[in-house]
Amino acid sequence: MNESSSHTDLVQANPWDELRAHTSARIALGRVGASLPTAEVLRFGLAHAQARDAVHRPLDFEALDSELHEAGFHTLRVKSDATDRPVYLLRPDLGRRLDDGCRLRLLQEPSAPALAVVIADGLSSSAVQRHALPLLEAFRTRFDADWAKVPVVLAEQGRVALGDGIGEALRARLVVLLIGERPGLSSPDSLGLYLTCQPRVGRMDSERNCISNVRPEGLPYDQAATKLAYLAREALRLNLSGVALKDDSGLQVIGEAGGSRPRVEGTVPDAQ
Amino acid sequence: MSYRTVIGSQTYRFADLKGVLAKASPARSGDYLAGLAAATYEERMAAKIVLADLPLRTFLDEALVPYEADEVTRLILDRHDAAAFAPIAHLTVGDFRDWLLLDSTDSAALTAAAPGITPEMAAAVSKLMRNQDLILVAKKCRVETRFRNTIGLPGHLSVRLQPNHPTDDVRGIAASLLDGLLYGSGDAVVGINPASDSLPTLMRLWQMMDEVRQHFEIPMQSCVLTHVTTQIQAIEAGAPVDLVFQSIAGTEKTNASFGVTLALLREAREAALSLGRGTLGENVMYFETGQGAALSADGHHGIDQQTCEARAYAVAREFKPLLTNTVVGFIGPEYLYDGKQIIRAGLEDHFCAKLLGMPMGCDVCYTNHAEADQDDMDTLLTLLGTAGITFIMGIPGADDIMLNYQSTSFHDALYLRSLLGLRRAPEFEAWLARMAITEPSGRLREVGRGHRLLRQLPAFSGAA
Repeated sequence: MNESSSHTDLVQANPWDELRAHTSARIALGRVGASLPTAEVLRFGLAHAQARDAVHRPLDFEALDSELHEAGFHTLRVKSDATDRPVYLLRPDLGRRLDDGCRLRLLQEPSAPALAVVIADGLSSSAVQRHALPLLEAFRTRFDADWAKVPVVLAEQGRVALGDGIGEALRARLVVLLIGERPGLSSPDSLGLYLTCQPRVGRMDSERNCISNVRPEGLPYDQAATKLAYLAREALRLNLSGVALKDDSGLQVIGEAGGSRPRVEGTVPDAQ
Repeated sequence: MSYRTVIGSQTYRFADLKGVLAKASPARSGDYLAGLAAATYEERMAAKIVLADLPLRTFLDEALVPYEADEVTRLILDRHDAAAFAPIAHLTVGDFRDWLLLDSTDSAALTAAAPGITPEMAAAVSKLMRNQDLILVAKKCRVETRFRNTIGLPGHLSVRLQPNHPTDDVRGIAASLLDGLLYGSGDAVVGINPASDSLPTLMRLWQMMDEVRQHFEIPMQSCVLTHVTTQIQAIEAGAPVDLVFQSIAGTEKTNASFGVTLALLREAREAALSLGRGTLGENVMYFETGQGAALSADGHHGIDQQTCEARAYAVAREFKPLLTNTVVGFIGPEYLYDGKQIIRAGLEDHFCAKLLGMPMGCDVCYTNHAEADQDDMDTLLTLLGTAGITFIMGIPGADDIMLNYQSTSFHDALYLRSLLGLRRAPEFEAWLARMAITEPSGRLREVGRGHRLLRQLPAFSGAA
């Protein structure tokens, strides 16, 4: 990776690397014959390795649980019907379904005070491990609630719609779900935030709002938490979420972002 | 009609034609997700054996989605050319494979037969074909299209330059555009997937690309890959729209989930044609497709994902596109799980589309949650190169920073050209040579700091 140590005379460099100021795209890579120089093959390989690890390394729920607990949050633990990562990847429907035993336990819990929070691993454990707690702390300072009683539910092998079953079982009026987004090569740790009013099984994606790419290099915690708090207050005031709930701060609603590729399960920006 | 065969003491029965097709399909996760795949290896072979004996006519007599219920079915059957079909009308699906592989079945014979071949026939025969068959027959198919250059000549490969940026920053897009042109890419189209759908933002993208094209006199075409209705609005607002793009699929219900109908596509094509911007030809449409789209939209009607995909090419064919491509690994592992499934699907899609007469390209790609990597993409890229793929994607370093997936790079295109001696669209290659970007042989030259493109292009902002 250390270019200064390589024989740069072997590489045909491109004299337009200053244009990298305008884009994070991999431009001006130079070439050896028709091919990529070794340094770029390694750089790309490392980025891919980090994205792969983000998908496959299990989230350390124990550590996250104790960190949240220390920070004063009231946590619960559940899992989806997807028993492991291969099943999770092949059967998105199972990742959206709450395990029956977990549902029964949530039904025994006191009703949520309007808001319930869900933290699901999704497709990037590193996103959740790094950003869930700081984001939630930023949200807590901006959103008025009896936070000692707001259930923060840690969900294993979860997709976005898993929040519907959890919110319904907890009798919450609003679910805010934090989830690891499908990792890109240049963004292996993006956190996605989903907001669903009156959660119940069978809600459509058009009934949710999404804040995507939450990470220090993308949308920073403070800005994301401000948007989230605004949307959460509006959703409770209007008793709705999704396409009907608009935000003037330039927030994108699911389905409105990038109309160029058909939106399919698990694609940008969501991690359903 | 009953679909059954006996293997040893086991009788295999299939409820209907689409059941035979689904169970004969090579294994892939999307068909398992839909509950359509064969339960055992032997059942899959039993379905192939049944399929091989079916007359091609079966697909004219038995619609997979009822004629009354689906406008794509109506399109397929209403447009079927009986005269073109006549030379193969007596064949079974198994015979059809043999016929396709005959040395005497040459490019002219395949071109003549194309209007008589339905997507279901193409999908059916592909299920009996090995990868080498899919490559060999596709290689014989010849499909040429024109707008401002000539795409699809034998021995040629074009590249869509895809200079995406996560916030549609014009300077960022111009930087990737410059990078691609200096690497000799962009003869298929310069096509931007925008993050935004706001018309003023998109207008700047069209204008910037058109200014660049005119200023440097590049024989190329541009496209902003937003929804077709937005492109019609842009045309009405005076945008310099070359190609109109749309994602399409093989059933009416799936197309509805994309917000399109055949009538809307017709309207869009007419709007693009009304601008008269093509200098060499009138192929003004650009389509994208991909296996799994129908299932993800709950619009598959119990049909396997590869057959649904082939039906999308009948939609494309109706509108005489300049380009069509399958975004084969974009959709994710629940539809195509790993490198093996993605490679097979890419070869199937290319074969079926070429057989139906489409100018077929492939977004050789994968997502980070699929069991695939660059080595798998190299394999598919190389196989498609030998199969005569019309075009591939060119993205800086193969990393699309807007759509968050990995495709093929400008370097990958150079690799394929170097390996297989593939040339660019002739008008574009002549331009590259005039601009001293390439040697007459097509190889890249060294570009110095003083190059005109490098000095002038970064200033184009689309603000005019």
